[in-house]
Amino acid sequence: MTNTPLPAAIVGIGESAVGRVPDRSALQLQTDAASVALADAGLRWGDVDGLITAPLRVEQSGLPCGVVANYMGLHPAYLSTLDLAGATGTAMIHHAALMVASGQCSTVLCVAGQNLLSHNSRAHAVKAMADHAGHAQFESPYGPLVPSLYALVAQRHMYEYGTTSEQLAEVAVTMRRHAGLNPNAHKRDPITVQDVLNSRMISSPLHVLDCSLVSDGAAAAIVTTIERARDLRRPPVRLLGQGYGQDHFHIGEAQSLTSTAAARSGREAFRAAGLTPADVDVAELYDCFTITVIVELEDLGFCPKGEGGRFVEGGRIAIGGELPTTTHGGLLSAGHPGVPGGLFHVLEGVRQIRGEAGDRQVPNAKIALVHGNGGTIAIHCTILLGGDTR
Amino acid sequence: MSVERPVPVPNAETAPYWAAAREHRLTVQRCLECGQPRFYPRAICPRCGSDRTEWMDCEGTGTVYSYTVVYRPPSEAFAADVPYVVAVVELSEGPHLMTNVVGCPPDQVTVGMPVRVRFRDMGEELALPLFEPIGT
Repeated sequence: MTNTPLPAAIVGIGESAVGRVPDRSALQLQTDAASVALADAGLRWGDVDGLITAPLRVEQSGLPCGVVANYMGLHPAYLSTLDLAGATGTAMIHHAALMVASGQCSTVLCVAGQNLLSHNSRAHAVKAMADHAGHAQFESPYGPLVPSLYALVAQRHMYEYGTTSEQLAEVAVTMRRHAGLNPNAHKRDPITVQDVLNSRMISSPLHVLDCSLVSDGAAAAIVTTIERARDLRRPPVRLLGQGYGQDHFHIGEAQSLTSTAAARSGREAFRAAGLTPADVDVAELYDCFTITVIVELEDLGFCPKGEGGRFVEGGRIAIGGELPTTTHGGLLSAGHPGVPGGLFHVLEGVRQIRGEAGDRQVPNAKIALVHGNGGTIAIHCTILLGGDTR
Repeated sequence: MSVERPVPVPNAETAPYWAAAREHRLTVQRCLECGQPRFYPRAICPRCGSDRTEWMDCEGTGTVYSYTVVYRPPSEAFAADVPYVVAVVELSEGPHLMTNVVGCPPDQVTVGMPVRVRFRDMGEELALPLFEPIGT
């Protein structure tokens, strides 16, 4: 396999207001994000000839790509709705790069957003996510929440490797510290390990502060050909490699809850890019729950299996640490509008490579790894981003 | 918002499992080509791809592979039950399945605990397999 990246680049990024945004529909939020991304790229609506969007589970709109294209007045030469759940954001970038590389279209708008918090109620959102996550016949009758499914992972990880609640809490504390440096983050007040441990137990060993937020928000990224990218106003950010992985689908049938297909998605992304974990300057890891980050650090090769709990201690994953991780504050603190959440990690990777992450900039960040995890730690897509080095 | 408890609705592939459960038998499929037992029910063996399948009765014993104590119910339907244990049990035959561990206080459940199936009748047509510690 060659290490030549696809002839494509991310040239514009944007996000809507994030948090509680009661006056915007999902489509308005997506339009807000797309407008910012287009302005960032120095492009106009009429330049967009490709669209990739994500499911609108909250509003239960069928055919989201048609709904979004129509709403925005796009008449794209290519359109699709991608659904890898939390891995959608990373996979979108790969699919967009393939489309422009193949010549099917020249400028793809990747956009996703939901009003998960404001469309109905927080309780409704929690129930709707639980209904969607468990197997209807073999799991849902036993009453698991989505956090329960990840709690099973955490409990087994504790049993096998001695991971502690304090180590899980360390992830939440770090994400909140990063969100404090992100003006658009949903939750910015600092928290301590003790705050996490004292917060309400949801499904042991996960407390409410071990769980992602419920937020409104949308994110957008513009992908175009590398030739065109070099004429635009922003420094192009290249997709250097990508990998996918999947093994179980439902938690109940997984033969291992502590080793995931992130190992494969990471290995393939590194191989495609000709890079190793040691080359990564910043890791934007999917953080639906604190345990998710610990398992991903292991499976992506940043530390040996079982060492993830110890790895997150002592500020190692904080900005300024050995491996700055999820530097915008992630789903745990920056915002979680459901499936679109993973696209925010991509945007942050782009900011870090451009060197425009402001107070949370990782000095001299050259290589960003972005990882998306979908379903119950089931579907994985890893991408590696870097600058244009022609 | 519905407060109905989610109830399994069998389909053609899963009907034998639920019919056995109604008779208080726990069954899984086994591949007739490679011998691999599997759960959840499906038309082909995910290991070898064969569609030659039989149903086998399980011993009904296993160990707790992992568990969680649910404090915040997913809906009102489970509100009266909290705290309750959602667990993944590794059956003696190999497959894993999700269940509730009952018959002991939630804080006494541990990973590796030996458990045995028992059934909760849910009307005439349906019984749900649950697990309890062996020895209770």
